[in-house]
Amino acid sequence: MISTREAFGNALAEIGSDESIVVLDADVSASTKASEFGKKYPDRFINFGIAEENLFATAVGLAYSGKRVFASMYAVFVLKAFDQLRIIAHDNLDVKIFASHAGLTDGQDGWSHQTIEDLAIMRTLPNFKVIVPADAIESREVTEASLKISGPVYSRLSRSESPIIFDSGYRFELGKGKVVEDGSDLAIITNGNMLHRAIRASMMLRKDGISPTVVNMSTVKPIDEGLIVKLAQSAGAIVTAEEHSVLGGIGSAVSEVLGRTFPVPVEYVGIIDKFGQSGKVDELFSLYGLTAENIYGASMKALKRKKR
Amino acid sequence: MITVEELKRLKEKSFNIMIDVLEMTTAANSGHPGGSLSSKDIVTVLFFHVMRHNPGRPDWPDRDRLILSKGHAAPALYSALAEAGYIDRQKLGGFRSTGSQLQGHPERNPELMIEASTGSLGNGLAMGNGIALAGKLDGRSYRVYVLMGDGELQEGTVWEAAMFAPYHRLNNIIAIVDRNGLQQNGPTESTLSIEPLDDKWKSFGWNVIDVDGHDIPELIDAFEMAKRIKDRPTAIIAHTVKGRGVMSGEWVVDFHSRPMSEESLKNILPGLYEQHRLEMEAL
Ligand SMILES: Cc1ncc(C[n+]2csc(CCOP(=O)(O)OP(=O)(O)O)c2C)c(N)n1
Ligand SMILES: [Mg+2]
Repeated sequence: MISTREAFGNALAEIGSDESIVVLDADVSASTKASEFGKKYPDRFINFGIAEENLFATAVGLAYSGKRVFASMYAVFVLKAFDQLRIIAHDNLDVKIFASHAGLTDGQDGWSHQTIEDLAIMRTLPNFKVIVPADAIESREVTEASLKISGPVYSRLSRSESPIIFDSGYRFELGKGKVVEDGSDLAIITNGNMLHRAIRASMMLRKDGISPTVVNMSTVKPIDEGLIVKLAQSAGAIVTAEEHSVLGGIGSAVSEVLGRTFPVPVEYVGIIDKFGQSGKVDELFSLYGLTAENIYGASMKALKRKKR
Repeated sequence: MITVEELKRLKEKSFNIMIDVLEMTTAANSGHPGGSLSSKDIVTVLFFHVMRHNPGRPDWPDRDRLILSKGHAAPALYSALAEAGYIDRQKLGGFRSTGSQLQGHPERNPELMIEASTGSLGNGLAMGNGIALAGKLDGRSYRVYVLMGDGELQEGTVWEAAMFAPYHRLNNIIAIVDRNGLQQNGPTESTLSIEPLDDKWKSFGWNVIDVDGHDIPELIDAFEMAKRIKDRPTAIIAHTVKGRGVMSGEWVVDFHSRPMSEESLKNILPGLYEQHRLEMEAL
């Protein structure tokens, strides 16, 4: 069990030798693990203090001047700087954002620190690549890959430790969904902390004689349209599962594709237009309907709709 | 000057807040003991001596307001509200758990007199300006107290709000900076210096008072002085100690958001009570 933020911190320290890299922090590097880079390359590590908008506006200037900027803080405080993010997006700047404590994983801090809106918001910004790694292996891959991706990247990380799903040979490919389990009855499209829950739901479904395809859709933007259409055609029903509001996240992204290509029934597992609250992370996942059982239930509903 | 009896009463409140802060954060195994304890005497003096309020009526329109801009010090606020009779003491046990009204960071709740939703740093002073401005428009005489962290002052919005209040002659707002010298990852001065702090506030048009933020009579004097200044708002720079009262936590960066274990708390509690008893006797 290791968190995606920790894998990011370690990977960043490893790839950090490139002199053009500058890492920006807002007084939270011990939590985001960007501190690992800071220990190794103190000259190219800048703690802005608690000043997120200042940080992102400065990132614009650094990127204009040829620097490759990595910025890391809690996801919710990235959103504080939306005005500056728009400029980064508009000018297609080399700013890579690693947004930690996303979703409900900052459990006890409560709604003020949880982020269940970020994917919707970041998806509206042209040029941004929006990625949600599912485990530590993928998080390390995304961190390395982000150096090769030109333009802005938003990668969403978790505070909580989570199980390792992929083996060390796994390669992240931008814009490509990955079939983690192959089936024929329906497709579960998910990412991040919901992937291991979807795999568990799939085990439950298999016991009932239902075989689902489980897809890790780690790139939310640009989304893998080809795969979504293929899944709709072959499975005929889809469940999306996300640690995010059902408004604007992966469920919306999938539906946008299906609406104009090959409409099939879709069931949405996600947070139904509500704020989070303080609590232990697992309790919150249950309370907000984000468990393997919820995915199982949604799958049954999707199947029923498919038959009609 | 206040009487010895009054000083004893306030010291008792401050001690109770300290114990509540430690117990709440340890029970939740989460939360921010360090910054709650640096604020405990400021919060004590405000709720139990300076502010005008009416425990039977949290919605009294003329009550003075405290905006806890450094929302992570919520345990200190909740404890004071319980001491003052706005929050049922039993609720303190639910701090940071699902279904509780006592969220990790304050969530506005007029019934409990939690005045503002905070937790995202940098917003409280502007919120306070809004409440102060509304008070002026409505011809009400309440005052608004805004408690900020020193690291929080790195947020640009603080200075936008600092520019606003004097320009609009808001003499009914009092900014308090909990100058404990530390933020989340280290000292403010080796993160992004906020000095010279007095000069900054002065140049923005504020009346500035420096105090020892754990000296109750000094704090009271500062707030009384602030009430007498009519042509500008007042900023009180309260020099404090993060983790105040807990030897193993004072000036310790990690005590910002790492509560004591149940065992260590159990071990230090008798000593804290004994020290408190001696201090009270000496008064
Ligand atoms: C906008 C924002 N950025 C980051 C944080 C995370 N955070 C919580 S407390 C804290 C440090 C606060 O330091 P300071 O203002 O000095 O408070 P104190 O020392 O009184 O606890 C940080 C960075 C936050 N709550 N809000
Ligand atoms: Mg401080």
